[in-house]
Amino acid sequence: MSKLSVESYEKINAAIAKYPPEHKQSAVMAALAIAQDERGWLSSETLQEIADYLDMSPVAVYEVATFYAMYHLKPVGRYVLTVCTNLSCALQGANKTVAHLKKVLNIDLGETTEDGMFTLLAGECLGACGEGPVLLRNNKKMCGNMTPDAIDAMIAELRQAEKRETL
Amino acid sequence: MSGQFLDYGADAILMAGLTGKNWHLDDYVERGGYKALKKILSDPNHWTPDQVIAEVKLSALRGRGGAGFPTGMKWGFMPKTAPVKYVVCNADESEPGTFKDRDLLRFNPHLVLEGMIIAGYAMGCARGYIYVHGEIWEAYERCEEAVAEARAAGFLGDGILGSDFSFDIFNHHGFGAYVCGEETALIESLEGKKGQPRFKPPFPANVGLYGKPTTINNVETLANVPFIINNGGQWFLDRNQTGAGGTKIFSISGDVARPGNYEFPLGVPFSKLLVKAGGMRDGLGIKAVIPGGSSAPVLPGAVMLETNLDYDSIVKAGSMMGSGAVIVMNETRCMVRSLLRLAEFYHEESCGQCTPCREGTGWLVRVLHRIEHGEGKPQDIDLLDRIAQDISGRTVCALGDAAAMPIRSFIKHFRDEFVYHVEHHRCQVPDYV
Repeated sequence: MSKLSVESYEKINAAIAKYPPEHKQSAVMAALAIAQDERGWLSSETLQEIADYLDMSPVAVYEVATFYAMYHLKPVGRYVLTVCTNLSCALQGANKTVAHLKKVLNIDLGETTEDGMFTLLAGECLGACGEGPVLLRNNKKMCGNMTPDAIDAMIAELRQAEKRETL
Repeated sequence: MSGQFLDYGADAILMAGLTGKNWHLDDYVERGGYKALKKILSDPNHWTPDQVIAEVKLSALRGRGGAGFPTGMKWGFMPKTAPVKYVVCNADESEPGTFKDRDLLRFNPHLVLEGMIIAGYAMGCARGYIYVHGEIWEAYERCEEAVAEARAAGFLGDGILGSDFSFDIFNHHGFGAYVCGEETALIESLEGKKGQPRFKPPFPANVGLYGKPTTINNVETLANVPFIINNGGQWFLDRNQTGAGGTKIFSISGDVARPGNYEFPLGVPFSKLLVKAGGMRDGLGIKAVIPGGSSAPVLPGAVMLETNLDYDSIVKAGSMMGSGAVIVMNETRCMVRSLLRLAEFYHEESCGQCTPCREGTGWLVRVLHRIEHGEGKPQDIDLLDRIAQDISGRTVCALGDAAAMPIRSFIKHFRDEFVYHVEHHRCQVPDYV
């Protein structure tokens, strides 16, 4: 597989610059996140590439990639939807949110739709309980008050955007 | 911001006047921002670091992240002569029910930066890191923008405001691990490792980030500092009658009409917070409240309605203030099911380092699961309590205790519901978790 893009390496270098020069290992979390943004998930080749670049042993990089919940070590859909199912969100309707997503996407938790567009995950507290039920889109966009109607609107919007892109 | 409304309350100090859009440096300066930094750094009457620490001590500010440790005393622990020291802002809030630091960082980031710069000056640090919870990417981006603005304006960098004090701040984005809110796990994570807590002692004030003296403060704690410097420690202490100064942002969620963040002076009656949050959703009765984030012991609603929200009053009522995250449950909720969901959280988030926590949290989930699903045995209730007891105090960090506390308190106050499940082999309420 080819190397990560020049843009990704620029971002990784910016992350390294945040820490003392002798501690570039501190940038490993950022480097993995940047690689995941480009590739969608982290293969063992990608982990090796990061390890080489940061002068870390591959196992140390692997430890980090497996410890933190937001890294994907298997291929995922283009949109990863992580729904909080913890207590506050559950009291505010997260159970319905999950059931509705399963129905409209026709997949179970942990699965990806056949067209490769959506992956559905249950997550722990996202830290946005005031807007519960919440889901996080591609680790970046917090979507609050995710009632069944709001979910339908979001899915329709994403499918529409995808259609425009393929045209 | 997806329908969230900003109404922090008339008593708000930290969140006063925020609209969600007025977060830029210019807006902050218009609200009186960076005045405190100018006050301590400007000649001829610049403050010594010891003066800053003394003022914070006088204010009786206590940590807002959960443990409630006196901030001035914590700052005083840092060795004076060490050449390299760090200050770290803990923005890894991810305890179920807690969502205040996200609003502070998104809507008033410069307040946190100013507090952190002052903290850096008081403790003689040249560098600070903000560790932002992985799931709140927008807050991390906001911090990046705010730091860039502060650098451009000369509030960060070499020789700040013409003084000989140099200080810079960098943002570190977490990636989904509750345990990294524990300060030594956070340090490990900052060093580019998995976030497994360190044994204490040595404490971070002696051996912290990269082995150097380090102080870790919560976002809201640091946000209070500029107000203490501007108005004096006594003014801050006088904001309430509890002996611990200032206001507190309470994050209220669950079965209330308007979940959200509300800022009140410490010591506000819980009943007043509940009214501010629109009361109980659908007019239902209140069964239970977890007053300080999921790790705090649960209390019956009737007890909470008589309790004030401050460090000492909540301890007297049998729980703790923690991060000020208040989870409210209505009369229809099943306490076994609710506890099972919390137990699953601690099992998932246990870092795996200490056997009592790694194995014990799994046992708690399995035993609770069988009780909830009608397969529990009469002795299971005491078994749960014993597992919790066996985890408590036997782990490197407080996550083990945090997992045990809900168990023991749910059984203590709602034992009859556990007994019902075991005797009738079923749960009384439909699914909601």
